[in-house]
This record gives sequence, structure tokens and C-alpha cells, in this order.
Amino acid sequence: MAIATDYWKIAESAGLDSKIPSGPIGQKWTKHKFDMKLVNPANKRKFKVIVVGTGLAGASAAATMSELGYKVKAFCFQDSPRRAHSIAAQGGINAAKNYQNDGDSVYRLFYDTVKGGDYRSREANVHRLAEVSVNIIDQCVAQGVPFAREYGGYLANRSFGGAQVSRTFYARGQTGQQLLLGAYSALMKEVASGGVEMFPRREMLDLIVVDGRACGIVVRNLVTGQLETHTADAVCLATGGYGNVFYLSTNAKGSNVTAAWRAHKRGAYFANPCYTQIHPTCIPVHGDFQSKLTLMSESLRNDGRVWVPKKPGDTRPAHEIPEADRNYYLETKYPSFGNLVPRDVASRNAKDVCDAGNGVGATGLAVYLDFTDAIKRDGMSVIEAKYGNLFQMYERITDDNPYKTPMMIYPAVHYTMGGLWVDYNLMSNLPGLHVLGEANFSDHGANRLGASALMQGLADGYFVIPYTIGDYLAKAGPSGVTPDHPEAKKVEAEVKQRIDTFIHMTGKRAVNDFHRELGLLMWDECGMARNEEGLKKALKRIPELREEFWQDVNVTGSPGTLNQCLERAGRVADFLEFAELMCTDALHRSESCGGHFREESQTDEGEAKRKDDEFCYAAAWQYNGVGETPTLHKEALEFENVKLTQRSYK
Amino acid sequence: MSKTINLKLRVWRQASPEQAGKFEDYDAKGISTDASFLEMLDVVNDELERHDIDPIAFDHDCREGICGSCGAVVNGCAHGPESATTLCQLHMRKFKDGDVVIIEPWRANGFPIIKDLVVDRGAFDRIIQAGGYVSIRTGQAPDAHAIPIPKPAADKAMDAAQCIGCGACVAACPNASASLFTAAKINQLALLPQGHPERNRRVVAMVEQMDKEGFGSCSKHYECEAACPKEIKVENITAMNREYRRALIARD
Ligand SMILES: Cc1cc2nc3c(=O)[nH]c(=O)nc-3n(C[C@H](O)[C@H](O)[C@H](O)COP(=O)(O)OP(=O)(O)OC[C@H]3O[C@@H](n4cnc5c(N)ncnc54)[C@H](O)[C@@H]3O)c2cc1C
Ligand code: FES
Repeated sequence: MAIATDYWKIAESAGLDSKIPSGPIGQKWTKHKFDMKLVNPANKRKFKVIVVGTGLAGASAAATMSELGYKVKAFCFQDSPRRAHSIAAQGGINAAKNYQNDGDSVYRLFYDTVKGGDYRSREANVHRLAEVSVNIIDQCVAQGVPFAREYGGYLANRSFGGAQVSRTFYARGQTGQQLLLGAYSALMKEVASGGVEMFPRREMLDLIVVDGRACGIVVRNLVTGQLETHTADAVCLATGGYGNVFYLSTNAKGSNVTAAWRAHKRGAYFANPCYTQIHPTCIPVHGDFQSKLTLMSESLRNDGRVWVPKKPGDTRPAHEIPEADRNYYLETKYPSFGNLVPRDVASRNAKDVCDAGNGVGATGLAVYLDFTDAIKRDGMSVIEAKYGNLFQMYERITDDNPYKTPMMIYPAVHYTMGGLWVDYNLMSNLPGLHVLGEANFSDHGANRLGASALMQGLADGYFVIPYTIGDYLAKAGPSGVTPDHPEAKKVEAEVKQRIDTFIHMTGKRAVNDFHRELGLLMWDECGMARNEEGLKKALKRIPELREEFWQDVNVTGSPGTLNQCLERAGRVADFLEFAELMCTDALHRSESCGGHFREESQTDEGEAKRKDDEFCYAAAWQYNGVGETPTLHKEALEFENVKLTQRSYK
Repeated sequence: MSKTINLKLRVWRQASPEQAGKFEDYDAKGISTDASFLEMLDVVNDELERHDIDPIAFDHDCREGICGSCGAVVNGCAHGPESATTLCQLHMRKFKDGDVVIIEPWRANGFPIIKDLVVDRGAFDRIIQAGGYVSIRTGQAPDAHAIPIPKPAADKAMDAAQCIGCGACVAACPNASASLFTAAKINQLALLPQGHPERNRRVVAMVEQMDKEGFGSCSKHYECEAACPKEIKVENITAMNREYRRALIARD
């Protein structure tokens, strides 16, 4: 049971109002849209909204709010909004269109998502997500997104990530790219119309809160080094996930926790930080120089068979290992789902077989994904048409030809379900601060289903925030804060101070040295499997490492120019603080659920075992200072529609 | 099999847009042939940082060949010697022990240098702002199946849509033309019915913007296609020229 300890405090009263509308699940959103206040069209022009992040969530939000008439300022750290991390998504986007007539519906997508999240998400949010999913596809097609089509000219679908229906829309292996370019084009249209002012190469370094209301940000212009203060009537963060706390992940190199963490330090609660998704099909680590891990699309598991040698330490090449000596462990253990079990299950099983010594490859931390049978069954050309691009990418990175030798894969950090706490309106506990996309915690519970992040980002940006922001602005009115407000000045001065401190750091170690060490620690103690002892070890080590960082890091160059060393130092410093909260959350949640596997809490068969009577809540953490015990606020999760069961994929 | 190699790097260093740049030499020692080109630069940079020397600035993010952030001219080739490959996906096994590797930024009027290998590609955003979109507001869309699109047209539109906006086409072109980039977007939208209502306005505005940004014109060297990591075809430029003429006739 989560009682106060040396590691955390518990809030007397939760004080979290999720603002879930009343009424039956299927009517909540419709009712809410009617109940919300509207801003008169002539007044919309008077409201300013800041959007930080222009990935799927931020670009769609900024464009749509501008179309409605709000004055939008949008920020990203890349040189162009077209390069946000969303661009890397390969597999697809879900929508309950039921174009395949195979039994899909809004309710089924809702149900699957709640179940897939291991019953740790909010029913009302997930239902809304499933409802608007159908509008997303319409919108994207109208923008000219070239989704895959069949010969009849209609859209193609595939089954993805173990779903029993084919509801995933895709554009070759580049769905994220095409969706982002669609949202980017809408954003560029609004830049051209004057509704959006775009600020690329800016990094948000702090949030301005005046009288409890978020109303501005401080950013660093990454080209000139100048600090800039921007104020508005509302702030939306769409800054993505924090997977890079592990150093190695499938995320883009620039992905960071900085924006969310600075907002947290200004009062926004951080929810479920320990919920991270480890993707089962990634190219294994092959050296200390490694800077990132590459995802091999999940779709490969539709045709590839996962196996390891039965005998630990079997070093024979794959083709010399006879059938009898192979262990197709997923097919044996989960006869009805086989190789298509959800990500968390597939990842954990790969870890188990490797921990038992059956792993393959130079490091023993890999399993085979074998297409030999698929090629025999369907022919080379069919497999090539389906996966040609992926096979080529694999060969380019590893120098191995997957048509001839089985691929080697291993799980890698991929997505973070945790994020800033938001209510049904996507507003954090700090009035005025809204959080969208991967940066919030809302829809995926403890595990995200494949092809659902793109859906969520675009749902938040195109179809949710444009409504809920109006309700907030209509009620709150203009903030009246300008950049010369004393609080804005104070925040800017604090940011400047911090940058000066960095620039004066003249230690011996490179920023990456610390990031790598932190990443490894997090992977070992707060990765695919966690236990009390390991987490406590990490909680002891992280503050020491942070101390060492502030003693011994070297930050080169000057603050007044493009300075990538300084940028990295700032991000790593934030990860070093954030990691502690992540481990604390993992320690407090002594149940297993979804991607959070506590070794102490498993079924007799070794599967994740939830403790619904103790942990059926979202854990929202309040910041109390660096290294200080954080305070836990619990948002109880109520399930009125979906019955909580032990997930089983046998 | 992985092994390690040593290289001599000659890297363009330029502190800021105003200052003059020059080549500096660095040793890249003990580089695994399994490392990517950017990982090789990371190794060099970490070592520079430990010695309090400003690391080599370069743009990068996804390191999967899809975001279009990375790019440099390596031994005279945009994105290096391997075809259809971004710099982040180029691996060191393509180099030999002792090789001299010359690394320069994209050089083009339309892409002013910001620092070292980092250039300003804002012109590409402005070309898209001139018309690289369908003017539809959120909420206006009909059902996605309202307009069937023949698969061959959808596939060709996708071929063009794969452009990652890295700028290698400009860097490779003797005239520093942005035709391939601009044409890919124009053609994607011209191939789809959604793009038709605005096609005349779009092509004229985007071509004018491209010229305004200081890019050269296309004189059919086709170096762009050879350098493109996504293998965007020069046919797109032919199609763009056709669209442009068509639009001018329609306007008259
Ligand atoms: C390799 C890979 C494949 C994936 N495949 C799929 C898939 O097939 N289907 C699916 O549904 N999901 C997939 N995902 C997940 C999905 O891509 C992401 O969760 C989603 O795109 C996140 O979108 P976002 O808009 O929230 O954030 P992002 O796209 O990460 O955008 C973040 C934005 O915030 C900006 N930003 C961040 N920090 C700051 C700061 N401090 N200051 C200023 N700006 C900042 C960035 O510049 C960027 O514009 C995949 C993820 C990966 C890594
Ligand atoms: S870093 Fe994204 S394409 Fe190279």
C-alpha cells in the first residue's frame, strides 16, 4: 500500500479534479461540447495562445486554433517544424472506421485501448479518443496525405500490434512522416495567413506563472543565444516524451524532458512517470559509441517468427540450428496470440530468455526474428513488397541480409505513457497550462497499443484542444501579462543565471559521459523489470551522479551563439533530476501493470499482476525541490464500462 | 565483422554567419566500422569537449534517415558516398583505415551557414508557405472514402511525398537550384484530386518563392536525383514545369 515513506509524501486530499463530464460514456463528449462556453468570433482574435512543440500534437493544435481565429505563437527546437520526432513513426495510425467490415467500432477501439493500457487510463478520455479517431483520417486525407490504397481506390488497412481487427491506416513505412507533413502543411498555411507566428530553433527553458496562472514562457534562441520572453493567455505544451532519460532509445536525439520538467518545477503535477514502453523489435545495441536504437516496425511480427536456441550458449549460426533445438517461445507460451502478443509481453519474454543465457549475437542480448518460413510460404517477392524498405534499413545498419540470415532484435525504450497530469480538458493542475500528445499522461494507461500515439497526438491537436481552449479562455479572460511583468523578468533572470552557471563549468567529463551513465543505470534498475532493491539503489546513485555532474562536467563555448554542448548540458541536467522522480514512482507502485513490471508482483505464470484494490489510480506528483521528497496526489480511476480482468494472451 | 579504423578529418569550422570559416584537421581514432557517420562525429566531439574545445556543430535528430535534419558534403558528395542514404545512416564500414575525410556544410545562396556544418534552410519552409498545402480547415473534411483515388496515382503521390527536405538536392546542384524539393511537393498535390482546386495558384506561387530565395535555376544536370537520399525522381521537375506552363496559360 502506498503510505508515506522516506521516499514520498502523500497529499492529505488529492485535490485533483479530472472534470469528467457526467452521463453515459458515449455521450460525455457531445454533452461537454455543448456545455462548454464559446468565445465570440470577434473576440478570438484578442486571445494569444503559445504552443510549444510542433510535432503531430502541437502542429495540429497550432494550425487549428489559428483557423478558429486565435493568435498563435508556435515554437520548436529543430530548424523546421517538419522535423519533429513524430516524423519517425513507421507503422500506422488507428481509427475506428470499420472500413474492413470486420467488427470494429468506436466502442471496440475504446475497449481495446483501456484493456491494452492494463486498466490504468481514464475511460472518458479514451472513449473520446476513439470517437474522434474517425475524423482524423478524414482530415488527413483531405489534406493530401497519401495513405496506402487498394486497387479499387479505397484506403487500405492492416492489423497492427496484436489487434484482432484491421483498423490501422498507413503510408508505406512512413506514416508518421506523412501525417506530420500534413499537419505541417496546415501549419504553414496558417503561418502564411498570419495567424501563426512560427519560432523554430527555440528551446523552452521555463514557464511563467503569474498568480497561479500559466501565461508565458522563456525560450533560448538557439542560433543567437538570446533569451526571449513570450506571454499569452494560455500555454500549450506538446513537447513529446522523455524516453531519452535512458540515453539509448528509439527517440530522436533532441527529445527531452526539459519543457515538461520546468513546468513541473513551476507547479504542474507529473503523472505516472514510471510508465515507459519498451518496444520488442529494435536493432540490438552493438557498441559503446552507440547513440540511439533503431526500431524495426512491429509489422514484422506478422510474418517473422521469434526464436532462440534451446541450449544456453549455443553459438552455432542460425541456419545450422535444427528445428528441434529451437525455442519459438512466444508461439509455445501464447498459442492464441503467438508472435503477436502486445509489446510489453513480447519485450519481457525476450529479456527472460536472454537472462537465462539463450540470447544470440555478440552480446547475447538479442533474439532471432526469422522470415524463412514466410518466404517459403509466400515467396520472396511478397515478403519483399511488404518489408523491402525495412530489410534494407536493417542491412544498412547491421551489414546483415535478413533474407538470408534471421534478423536479430532486442527490446528498446520507445515511448513514455507518463507525462504531465491533465484533466478531461487537457489542462494541467496549473490553470492555463494545457498539455497535448506524448507529453501528457492521459490516454494510454500503463501500456500503449501500437498505432495509438499518432491517433492521440492528432486527436488532442485537431479535435480536443480547439474546443476546450475556448472554454478556458471564455471563463478566464485575458491574462494581461506582458514580458515586462516583474514575474516574467524574474523567470528570465533565473534562466540566464542557470546558463551562466553552465558556461562556467570547466570539469573534465563530456556531457554525454553523464547521460550515458544515467541511461545505463535507469535501464538496469528502472527498465524492463524493476524491484525494490534496484530502485532504492538507483535512488541513492542518481543524486550522487547529479552531484558529480555539477562538479565535473565541461561545457564549452559561449552562451551567445549556437552552442550544442550547452543545449545538451541543460537537457541532461533535467534528466538527472527527473530520473529520481521516475524511480520514486516505480518504487511506490509495488504492483505490476502494463509496461511497469515489478518483479515482486507477478502471477504464477510470470505475467504482470495488478493490485487493483491498492493501485487503481493515476499517481500525480507534486514537486517540492531538487532532491526533496515529492508529494503524491492520487486520481482514483473508475471503471463503469470496462470490466477489470487479468490480461491474458494465452 | 566490426573492426576499428583511424581517420583524418578535415572539417569546415565557422564560428558564426559573419565570421570567415576554415578547414581544421582532427584525428578520429579507434572508430568502430559499425558506427554511423554521426556517431563517429560524436566520438570526436566528446573528446573535443573533454579538452575544452568547442565541438563541431551539426544538425541531426532522428538518426534514422527520416527527419531531414542531418547533412554535410563528405568528400565532395552530399550525404557521403553511399547512394540513397542520409548522413546519419551512412556507416563507417564504407571507409578504410587511414582515409582522409573532408566534411563541409551545404553550400548554397539559399542556405546561409549558421555555424560549422549547420545551415539555415528556412527558405524551404517559406516555399511551402507559398502554397505547399491544401487549403482545408479542420472539420471541413468529407468522409475519407468520399473520393476514391486510383492506386497508381496514390502510389506516385507517395513517391513524391517522401521528400525529407534535407537540402541535399540543392547542395549537389551546380546551380544550387531547389527545383527537386519544390517539384516534389507540387507534384504530390497535383497527382491527387484534393490538390486540384488550387493547383494553378500553387505552382506559380511556389516557383516564384523559390526564385526569390536566391536558388539557381535547373539546367538539367540531374545531380539532385543522384544525391537524394529518398530517390525522388527528376520527372517531378518535368511535371512541375508542365504544371507551371499550364497555370500561366490558364491565367492568361
Ligand atoms: C521510431 C518510432 C516509431 C513510432 N511509430 C509509431 C507508430 O507507428 N504509430 C504510433 O501511433 N506511434 C508511433 N510512435 C510514437 C509516436 O511517434 C510519438 O508518440 C508521437 O509522434 C509524439 O508526438 P508529439 O506531437 O506528442 O511529440 P513530438 O513529435 O515528439 O514533438 C515534440 C515537439 O516538441 C518540441 N520540443 C520538445 N522540447 C522542446 C523544448 N524544450 N522547447 C521547444 N520545443 C520543444 C520539438 O521541437 C517538437 O516539435 C513511434 C515512435 C518512435 C520513436
Ligand atoms: S538525423 Fe534525421 S535524417 Fe539524419
